[in-house]
Amino acid sequence: MSLQFVVDGLLTGSMIGLGAIGVTLTYSILRFSNFAHGDFMAWGTYATLAVVSAIGAMVGKVAPIAPLSFGWPLLVALIVGMAFTALLALLLDKVLFSRLRSQGQAIIVVMASFGASMALRSLLEFTFSSRPTYFSRAIQIAMPVGFGIRITPDQIALLLLTAVLVLGVHLLMTRTQTGRSMQALSQNAALARIVGIDVASVVRVTWVIGGALACVAGVMIGILVQVRPFMGFDMLLPMFAAAILGGIGSIPGAVLGGLIIGLAEAGAVQLIGAEWRAAVSFIILMAVLFVRPIGLFGVRER
Amino acid sequence: MNEIVLDVRKLEAGYEPGVPIVRGASITVSKGEIVVVLGPNGAGKSSFIKAIAGLVPITGGTVFLDGKDITAAPAHTMVRLGLAFVPQTENIFPLMSVEDNLRVACGILERREIPGRIEEMYAAFPDLVRQRRTAAGNLSGGQRQMLAVARALIVHPKVLVLDEPSAGLSPKFVSMVFEMLAGIRKSGVTILLVEQNAKAALAIGDRAYVLVEGKDRHEGIASELWNDPVVAELYLGQRPLNAEKSSHAGKGGAA
Repeated sequence: MSLQFVVDGLLTGSMIGLGAIGVTLTYSILRFSNFAHGDFMAWGTYATLAVVSAIGAMVGKVAPIAPLSFGWPLLVALIVGMAFTALLALLLDKVLFSRLRSQGQAIIVVMASFGASMALRSLLEFTFSSRPTYFSRAIQIAMPVGFGIRITPDQIALLLLTAVLVLGVHLLMTRTQTGRSMQALSQNAALARIVGIDVASVVRVTWVIGGALACVAGVMIGILVQVRPFMGFDMLLPMFAAAILGGIGSIPGAVLGGLIIGLAEAGAVQLIGAEWRAAVSFIILMAVLFVRPIGLFGVRER
Repeated sequence: MNEIVLDVRKLEAGYEPGVPIVRGASITVSKGEIVVVLGPNGAGKSSFIKAIAGLVPITGGTVFLDGKDITAAPAHTMVRLGLAFVPQTENIFPLMSVEDNLRVACGILERREIPGRIEEMYAAFPDLVRQRRTAAGNLSGGQRQMLAVARALIVHPKVLVLDEPSAGLSPKFVSMVFEMLAGIRKSGVTILLVEQNAKAALAIGDRAYVLVEGKDRHEGIASELWNDPVVAELYLGQRPLNAEKSSHAGKGGAA
């Protein structure tokens, strides 16, 4: 058997993991499952694509950074897209979630996020049509790296980017006052206020981080696969599975959960057939939850 | 008399509109004092102190801290205004290390001041030093109270407000907590304390109020209240206060 599924799995897992960070943060800090998170991905990707096209229209064709398939316009566009997605998340919180949250019933917020998800997705289809589009149509030659594994320069760059972002978020959560405030809020919201934490500002940071990472995950999918309005929604179940598998609230858990699910899916495609792809990740999720209901990195509250 | 730090006037508060739990309670706390609020179960002691800390909606009356009206201040601004609150239960972040529990409360301090301030807290509460990397949820009940108090003190509050610090602790820890509070007062911190354990609280307090049905009904010097027949009547209905066995005598002490 070929070990190629390892590279495929790590890439899929990176996308799932980056998305799952946002899911796990929203769940542990705002205490609801945000079903619109996948659509943040799609919106961020389309925003990035739009900025790339705009830059292309203004400065003409830019040579890609060898050996990658993309040049500096994509990097600039990605940063703009991340900011845009963060703003979109903040806006949605302001007009929708925060009002419902103040009524104190999580299920209403969850349902609202489901509605927001459909609305956002339909808006994308309406604006950009549901036809898939691409960041680049260039074909990259995959380099052999031994053990029968081949990898393209884009794939290497995106794996590195994921590692840097995950490390950055982890350091933010554990080493900064903002991160400690987020942890505090997820563990005991009333006590967080008592020790002087401004809940509203921590909530804003949570949306900004979740939105920005969703955009990166979306752009990764866009570069490696294709850009479609449903691209984020299709990632929703694997992202939730990864967040739960890793233990709700845990950043390393979400990423590891994403990698496990990505590898399991890729392995399943190779070993038992593509139609089992989604099933395998859920069998693993259920098996882990049977043995350890709080997830891999979850901690039982005392 | 020293200057008044905390001045609560005719406070009315409750979770639901039209259902006040605190009904016109007034107290003052002067600089350097320990003031104890006593009262029978359901007297609204806990709601009273939580309302002062901004955690229960206030529907009437005013709260002044150092002459400043803080009645409408949101809970998260209280530490900046100089009021540090220690809740009765769930007063630590269980999954964070002891050190992070202290650090997360330092938001209002200057960045360069924080490490020194944390070391000062370790010096004052040596039990915490050895556990600094331990998840706070693994601490014993007494150590948790220490951590909660250290976390409140770390921001130099003008007044430290505690909701039943001895609740749920074994007798050994109860005396430890009260010794700790007496020590904190010696260092110049003003303390307002709600307690069920009247005897122990009056032993370390300067003045005390008795709260009944959401109102302050009696006030006096702490050491005199223990034998005050008025208090006994308010507090228990009939029996004098000192006839009651220590409220922490446990199940074996049932009449």
